[in-house]
Amino acid sequence: MRGIGFELTVAVRFLREGRFQSLLIIIGVAAGVAVVAYISALITGLQQNTLNKTLGAQAHVVLTPLEERVTPVLPRAAGEVPFSDLQPRAQRLRSLSNWPLVLDGLEGRPGVAAVSPQVAGSGLAQRGEATRAVAVAGVDIERYERVINLRTKLVAGTLRLSPGEAIAGVTLASDLGVRVGDRITLTTGTSGTRSEVLRLTGLVDLGVRELNRRTLLVPLRTGQTLFDLPGGATQIDVTLTDVWAAQGLARQLAQQLPYKVESWQDTNSQLVSALNAQSVSTTIIRVVVMLVVVLGIASVLVVSVVQKQREIGILRAMGATRGQVLRIFLLQGALVGGLGSVAGVGLAVGLVSLFTRFVRGADGAPLFDITLQPAMALQIAAIALVAGVLAAVAPARRASRMDPAQAIRT
Amino acid sequence: MTQSKDGAAAGDALVSMRGIRKSYNAGRPTEAEVLHGIDLDLARGEFVALIGPSGSGKSTLLNLLGLLERPSVGSYTLAGTAAQDLDDDGLTRMRRETLGFVFQFHHLLPAFSALENVTLPALARDGRITPAVRERGRSLLASVGLAAAMDRKPPELSGGMQQRVAIARSLVLEPAFVLADEPTGNLDTASSDDVFKLLRHSHAEAGISFLIVTHDPRLAARCDRIIELVDGRVASDGPPALASTADRV
Repeated sequence: MRGIGFELTVAVRFLREGRFQSLLIIIGVAAGVAVVAYISALITGLQQNTLNKTLGAQAHVVLTPLEERVTPVLPRAAGEVPFSDLQPRAQRLRSLSNWPLVLDGLEGRPGVAAVSPQVAGSGLAQRGEATRAVAVAGVDIERYERVINLRTKLVAGTLRLSPGEAIAGVTLASDLGVRVGDRITLTTGTSGTRSEVLRLTGLVDLGVRELNRRTLLVPLRTGQTLFDLPGGATQIDVTLTDVWAAQGLARQLAQQLPYKVESWQDTNSQLVSALNAQSVSTTIIRVVVMLVVVLGIASVLVVSVVQKQREIGILRAMGATRGQVLRIFLLQGALVGGLGSVAGVGLAVGLVSLFTRFVRGADGAPLFDITLQPAMALQIAAIALVAGVLAAVAPARRASRMDPAQAIRT
Repeated sequence: MTQSKDGAAAGDALVSMRGIRKSYNAGRPTEAEVLHGIDLDLARGEFVALIGPSGSGKSTLLNLLGLLERPSVGSYTLAGTAAQDLDDDGLTRMRRETLGFVFQFHHLLPAFSALENVTLPALARDGRITPAVRERGRSLLASVGLAAAMDRKPPELSGGMQQRVAIARSLVLEPAFVLADEPTGNLDTASSDDVFKLLRHSHAEAGISFLIVTHDPRLAARCDRIIELVDGRVASDGPPALASTADRV
């Protein structure tokens, strides 16, 4: 086995011989790789941060009862223009049918991280003179904690919901002027007025001001009583191990169950569009930068082939095969791509660390977490390496096809 | 047909060319035939000069002999192998195993030291330099008087020194046949003499066949056989004293 000792030796010498030219193109590749790696890290960090903030306080898939519809008495004939108008039905609070069975079924599904039933409705929270409209969620706190990771959002008190207890959003507590241990009165308005006095056991910061202003968590059973749904649940929250699997699961469940099933993508379509637009922009930037890198390497190697014509002729005369000459130039492309990648990834790590150190919010904390994942760095470096080899293909083929006699004469 | 006068005495056949023609720009209005039916035989161990005026086809014949180009018509057998039957890789292998080249302008690789230039053909063949090859490179450079300049790069060497490195390189794989294109054409008289002596010495030592293209009549006269090419045809072929135009070149 001959190996590539000859090709590698000549490739390295050729690059060293045109030192300035080689250095410039390696810097060019490094700059390209650094831009791609930095932009990728930045956009990934930004998207992750946005997703965390958005999904931090909501389930990935939510199952609710199907909307009640008005059914026309007579079916409409083809081509008939109706004069009647259908009044949409008021949606009353209803329980999901057979929800405990569905809950068990969902728990056993692969990819499902947590499932939690909930009775959700609206009410009025009162404390002295202060009254606030609230979104009441009757939950099993242990299950619900797993769905939205409530423990990390607790800012005061404990995560405990015994009968007669409640957990409130921080802004709601402040609006009502209450602290952990204080009592509030919760009134709900369905089927006559029901009210309950609840003692606050904890305050949570859900990351969204409106949620913090309106959220009041109560025990599931209290919720069922307050909304007159004994043993019922108005929705099931599902959290997945992979957030991006939510849409697929929602579609499957919608076909299997008589429920309305919505994924977080359905309820945040604008966010998904924005994330997609960001991803497309990042891909365009990546492709354009890599194209520039490829063209840069190719142009340098094309010039090198012309400059080295005579040397190529001599190498061929002394017994180098066309394949060896081809590999000499492919290796030059790979070396330039490889060295540029290493330098570029180093540069990107520096840029990321500069961003983390100097770009901060008004409170002095980093805006969001941005890190260059090793897998991402490796992927970008590998792409640059392949780009280097691809860039070298045309010049290398040209060199290998050179007629040795003619090359020596030049 | 032109035959080597003392071919039989010098050993078995190394080169046999029959009816070689070479045209450039074939099929175009600018088509030009440079060689018009060359028959040539060389025996192993010969030391031959190839002379002729500019444009007579010397370099083309050298390229054909060196397997750097293919003839348009005719057959060429080198060391028992018919060149026309070989593909490009076969020709390359044949060049590597049988031939050595010395070019007029040294044609060393400037990025490599003298020793590395000499051992480069072995590196191309084996993918690595063995200690034995390195030692052979050193001894060849020492034999051409460059023991002290092995690590110097070509730009740091004089023209004569560079040509001596090129000679050492042509010999490193112990070829059967060395083709030298104006090896002294770019050198002063003293260096020219040195280089020629070196070629003769290698010939005497290793029994390698040499074909030297030259414009220098003094040099040609010191070869064993002179082939004169005029207008793409062999005009004369024989030992120096018998070559009809040798004294005039």
